[in-house]
Amino acid sequence: MRKLLAASLLLLSFISLNVSPVMAAEEEEGKTAFIMHHIKDAHDWHIVDIGDHAISIPLPIILITDGKLDVFSSGEFHHTDDGSVPVVRGENTYLKYHEKIYLADENGGLTMDADGHPTNAKPFNISITKNVASMLISVAIIFAVFFTVANRYKKNGVSAPKGVQSLIEPLVLFVRDEIAIPNIGKHHYKKFMPFLLTVFFFIFINNLLGLLPGAANLTGNIAITATLAVFTFIITTFSANKNYWKHIFAMPGVPKPLLLIMIPVEILGMFTKPVSLTIRLFANITAGHIIILSIIGLIFIFQSVAVGPVSVALGSAMTFLELLVAFIQAYVFTLLSSIYFGGAVEEAHDH
Amino acid sequence: MDLIIPDSGLIIWQAIIFLIVLLILRKFAWKPILGALSEREASIENALLAAENAKKEMANLKAENEKLLEQARLERDNILKGANEAAKQITEDAKTEASKISSKMIEDAKLVIDTEKKAALSEVKNQVALLTIEVTEKILRKNLSEDKAQQELVEGYVKDLKLN
Repeated sequence: MRKLLAASLLLLSFISLNVSPVMAAEEEEGKTAFIMHHIKDAHDWHIVDIGDHAISIPLPIILITDGKLDVFSSGEFHHTDDGSVPVVRGENTYLKYHEKIYLADENGGLTMDADGHPTNAKPFNISITKNVASMLISVAIIFAVFFTVANRYKKNGVSAPKGVQSLIEPLVLFVRDEIAIPNIGKHHYKKFMPFLLTVFFFIFINNLLGLLPGAANLTGNIAITATLAVFTFIITTFSANKNYWKHIFAMPGVPKPLLLIMIPVEILGMFTKPVSLTIRLFANITAGHIIILSIIGLIFIFQSVAVGPVSVALGSAMTFLELLVAFIQAYVFTLLSSIYFGGAVEEAHDH
Repeated sequence: MDLIIPDSGLIIWQAIIFLIVLLILRKFAWKPILGALSEREASIENALLAAENAKKEMANLKAENEKLLEQARLERDNILKGANEAAKQITEDAKTEASKISSKMIEDAKLVIDTEKKAALSEVKNQVALLTIEVTEKILRKNLSEDKAQQELVEGYVKDLKLN
């Protein structure tokens, strides 16, 4: 308990260290700008600012412009994010503005529209951003954990679990017995198990990693949650049986004229399911991060040391809550996916 | 707004990485883990079933033993009862036999005694007759000159005596 408390204090102090210079620098943009900064993806892994000097891990930037591949380190932008430092590769000059990479115009700068957004062309950007790097780390962790566990099962599957195995086994059994079997059914659940387990542990581990100080907000990124939801959608659609399609295009027991309304609604329903999955995970995780950051931000908004203890107490409480949310959101995503799969493979029965 | 617009680069990375992770884990982690788990569950179920069967068998065996024991006890009781009866019978028989023999012996003895007695008595009668004759002779010698008539007379008396 004391260790946990110490850890969360450390976490909070880390975040506050992270926050202060950004706060000072972006005062005009409003006192909440730093939060968005932490929620969003970045091209380098910012760790801490000491005085005016930012310490961050440069990450590879990979761009495709007109079929030409350009790879360079994000360090070449020298920590700037306002397009002031161009990086030249052959004919292309790249500028980074608000964590987006643009091609420079004829004057070598950015052209802004009325709202202050650049109108410059953008290269196709497949950089290893902070989120991608974080994902690779989580994948390394997942592989390390599950290969260790799998090896133990291969060697001695029948004996009682030990070590990491006894941490993972209840979760695997939870996914199988509480999520997959009740929602998909005993006959079909097996073929969905690899996806459900992978999605569960991927979200769960990345949710937890996201709570670490200085970590990326991977599962709170809509691109990530949308991709996961698309996987669920594709698997649902491709494993759907006759009964599933019949329920969409010819709902049994519904009068013909009503079908004119029902069919569009059902088709819409096919797509709202993955959209709801996307938004639920993204919004829950992002909201948690925003709350924790806002609580810490109170210190800077009130500009008083006295708020510190309050922020630390509230922030710790929120972090504990976020640990719970990390699990619940992994559970909910997996649960809803299995409900959709269950609907897709459900056999016809009397109504 | 950036927050809710998915970034295409990230989508590509996520799709590729997730697919690779899914395929690798499916082959090298989920298959052995789920396989081992169901294998373990099956073995536990089998073990439980076997234990249940063994328990039933034990109970059966015990019941059978009890039955056998009960039978043995009954048989023992029967044997004992039979033996007791036989012993009783034997003593009874022996007793009857003994009493029969003794009564026969007594009877025989009585018969012998009777015979002897009769013999003795007839002997005694003869002797008494002789003596009487002798005595009478001696007495009558002096009175009677002819003893033949005398003897006939006495014998006639003795015969009468014998009839008594």
